[in-house]
Amino acid sequence: MKHYDVIIIGGGITGAGCARDCALRGLKVLLLERFDLTNGATGRNHGLLHSGARYAVTDAEAAAECIRENMTLRKIAAHCVEETEGLFITLPEDDLNYQKKFIESCRNAGINAEAIDPKDAIRMEPSVNPSLIGAVKVPDGAVDPFRLTIYNAYDAQLHGAEVLTYHEVTSFIKDDSGRIVGVKALSHIDKKEKEFYATITVNAGGIWGSLLAKKAGATVNMFPAKGALLIFGHRVNNVVINRCRKPADADILVPGDTICLIGTTSTRIPIEECDHVRVTPEEADLLYNESIKLAPSLAQTRILRGYAGVRPLVASDDDPSGRSISRGIVCLDHETRDGIPGLITITGGKLMTYRLMAEMATDMVCQKLGNTQKCTTATTPLVGSESIKDSAKKADRSSQKAAWGRHGSNISQIAHDNAFDNALACECEVVSVGEVNYSIDKLGAKNIVNVRRRTRLGMGTCQGEVCACRAAGLIAKANGCADKAKEDLASFLQERWKGMYPVTWGNTVREAQFTSYIYQGLCGVDAYYKNNQDEHPVLEKEK
Amino acid sequence: MSKKMKDNSFQECIKCTVCTAYCPMAAVNPCYIGPKQAGPDGERYRLKDKKFYDYALKYCLNCKRCEVACPSGVKIGDIIARAKLASGECKPGLREMILANTDIMGSLAVPFSPIINPVLKWDISKKMMDGVLGIDHHREFPTYAKETFESWYKRKAAKTQKKFDKKIYYFHGCYANYNYPKLSQDLIKVLNACGYGVQLLDKEKCCGVALISNGMQKQATRQAKTNLRSIRKAGSVVLTTSSTCTMTMRDEYPHILGLDNSDVRDKIQMALKFIFEKVDAGEIKLAFKKDYQKKIAYHTACHMERLGWWIYSTQLLKMIPGVQLEILESSCCGIAGTFGFKKENYEFSQSIGSKLFDNIRYANPDYVATECETCKWQIEMSTGFQVMNPICILADALDVEETQRLNQIR
Repeated sequence: MKHYDVIIIGGGITGAGCARDCALRGLKVLLLERFDLTNGATGRNHGLLHSGARYAVTDAEAAAECIRENMTLRKIAAHCVEETEGLFITLPEDDLNYQKKFIESCRNAGINAEAIDPKDAIRMEPSVNPSLIGAVKVPDGAVDPFRLTIYNAYDAQLHGAEVLTYHEVTSFIKDDSGRIVGVKALSHIDKKEKEFYATITVNAGGIWGSLLAKKAGATVNMFPAKGALLIFGHRVNNVVINRCRKPADADILVPGDTICLIGTTSTRIPIEECDHVRVTPEEADLLYNESIKLAPSLAQTRILRGYAGVRPLVASDDDPSGRSISRGIVCLDHETRDGIPGLITITGGKLMTYRLMAEMATDMVCQKLGNTQKCTTATTPLVGSESIKDSAKKADRSSQKAAWGRHGSNISQIAHDNAFDNALACECEVVSVGEVNYSIDKLGAKNIVNVRRRTRLGMGTCQGEVCACRAAGLIAKANGCADKAKEDLASFLQERWKGMYPVTWGNTVREAQFTSYIYQGLCGVDAYYKNNQDEHPVLEKEK
Repeated sequence: MSKKMKDNSFQECIKCTVCTAYCPMAAVNPCYIGPKQAGPDGERYRLKDKKFYDYALKYCLNCKRCEVACPSGVKIGDIIARAKLASGECKPGLREMILANTDIMGSLAVPFSPIINPVLKWDISKKMMDGVLGIDHHREFPTYAKETFESWYKRKAAKTQKKFDKKIYYFHGCYANYNYPKLSQDLIKVLNACGYGVQLLDKEKCCGVALISNGMQKQATRQAKTNLRSIRKAGSVVLTTSSTCTMTMRDEYPHILGLDNSDVRDKIQMALKFIFEKVDAGEIKLAFKKDYQKKIAYHTACHMERLGWWIYSTQLLKMIPGVQLEILESSCCGIAGTFGFKKENYEFSQSIGSKLFDNIRYANPDYVATECETCKWQIEMSTGFQVMNPICILADALDVEETQRLNQIR
């Protein structure tokens, strides 16, 4: 049995970041993820490159962390980040006095916040609500959490780490002294249980980390808070628009790649529900109505889908009551805390501070292993972000330009020598056949949903209508199994429908109807749908 | 972009791709990404960043067949045309200036037409234009008239036209002015027989379609404003004989140039539609020569298809007792205005039209009828069959005296 220095559980941004940091410091790393990378909270958030301004008034420490990491990510993850700038607007119903306090708090946290004339704000972002009475410019941006995670994991692999997706940790292996020396994991691919051994195990399971900790005999109090978001069909804004008021529901509009998204809500839910969150009609209404206040043209914009994620809010350590909830980073040494050597939990925090979280966890791992290597992730660019300007010049076709935005300098690995490789698999998001194959060969995509997260295939206007069958063909070819690909096709379409369901009106319902004519009516894909896919819980039939 | 031009119709696209199935260019050119990709799909990316403009958009013919095919009402052709103009990628060169400025070239050429016409037909001049300008040597420039229609009208017709009780305005367009005044004269002949005197607009400029497709937006806007001013001043129905001028003034002015023409749009009508509706309502009557016997194949020009008015033309032609009419399957002839004149487009142009040419040869008519002048050049060059505007056929077949009698003229 192969022995690792460190096993990291959880393929979200925290786990992927930890894997990269550990690998860069020369450790033998195994990353285990129960489904696909980014399947949890990482893949279900706003994609906002926070300047920290949102937290400036309420949480100065978080704000300061944010702005530092914001500036770092612009440098090290250039191909995952879009430097859009952000606005905090005051609407007539908001208190303009808040603006002064806001700017002062921002400056104290080191955030360059600058009040600008509302007229200039309209010039800067023509879609903004023209009745605004105040505007503050901040260094917000957009970050693609899928790319960021997948390229952290890929970078780790290039530095020797192993990444196993669809491997669910079922229990911890302890030696006679009670030390955790490894894990047992069930492979969802071949349905076999396997054992993996390591000196240190890092629990980076996000909200599910508390369930993992329980398996090891420790208690980590989590307070899951569901957040719902809506995705609009195209960009109406090229600048992040926030409301300049005490953080509330649905007050951030982020331009993300080809779309823009409004979020979020915040609802406490029991931890058992974390695997089955969905957007309610009330949430969809609230998000839609609030979005129009930020950018009125959204009222005439098609809504593609809704989705919900769960924030891994955690009680400040050793406060089992949960009164003092923090968005701050919590890094627990279970050896000193609970008398369970060999296990570390890294949780809390935000997408924005993943690198810092990884650094803290890896520092702890290294200290236990006696490794003296210093962290270099704040200065070493992610694979793909090194010489981003040069690779941009090589882009010629739209699909190459789009692929460059998604993969940075890695596009040199995407085949484009012949008409077949250049043909588009996904037309809405201009994903070529070559790019799909690259995501399968290099980025570890095993099914169509995996391809989607790695390429944006199926994320465009038609939500898989045109590309799903093409992608299924490519997956079938890569895996050598057509039957499996048909099941995969059915579950991919089901997953797309799940997101469209909360907003089935207007053009979205026309699109869904057309998709159903093709795949249910014409192809009979229903027959292949297996209702036991843990990753994509099917919608209740009666609704 | 002005507020009026804010067109969100690209959101209506449900990706059925029927537009690409109907696109004449996508069928012959694998480099063209097709209207769905170039239009609504590309628009999302261009909204994100202008750099996503795809050079392949230059292949769009602006035939608007995609818009006719679209079941969701997406203005695909307009989206592509606007993107091309906004990109600044199609900067006009000398060739584009020459091809697009039909007004200026016409004014310069007509006085020297006895010299220019034969010179343009010389092999050596064709080779020079091919080599120096990139105008394909297969192309034949339309011959220039000895006198423009406008000057003939002032000299010969203006006075008599004023004598009619009922008056109607006429926008002749460049072709009927500089190259083929007979078309305008035939229209006057038909309308006079029905009791209408024909008036010209105060000031008429080229509709600007070639300027738009060659990236000269500013000049096109200037000319469009002049035309709209004149049409407003006329204050009543303005008839046309060219399908492309009509489509341009009605739809391209608001959709591409952002000019509000809602007050006059419905007044801009093709003469054939006007005549058919008057006949249909019993307001005018037509009588035809007993001995007129012709087999005619009707070709639906792309912009006629877009207007949806081919039905009026064909119904009128069917009224002529001696006409055996065959309506050809509607398809693009491939020339697309100035597009087919450009050397690099010649092959595409001919392969797009090949199906139509075969159909014409198979029909073997006396004349091909179509309202579009560039279709006429393309079909005549490619098949050898003579092409006539339905107005000219109507004028040929018309029994003028009997028609005057029926309409109680004098």
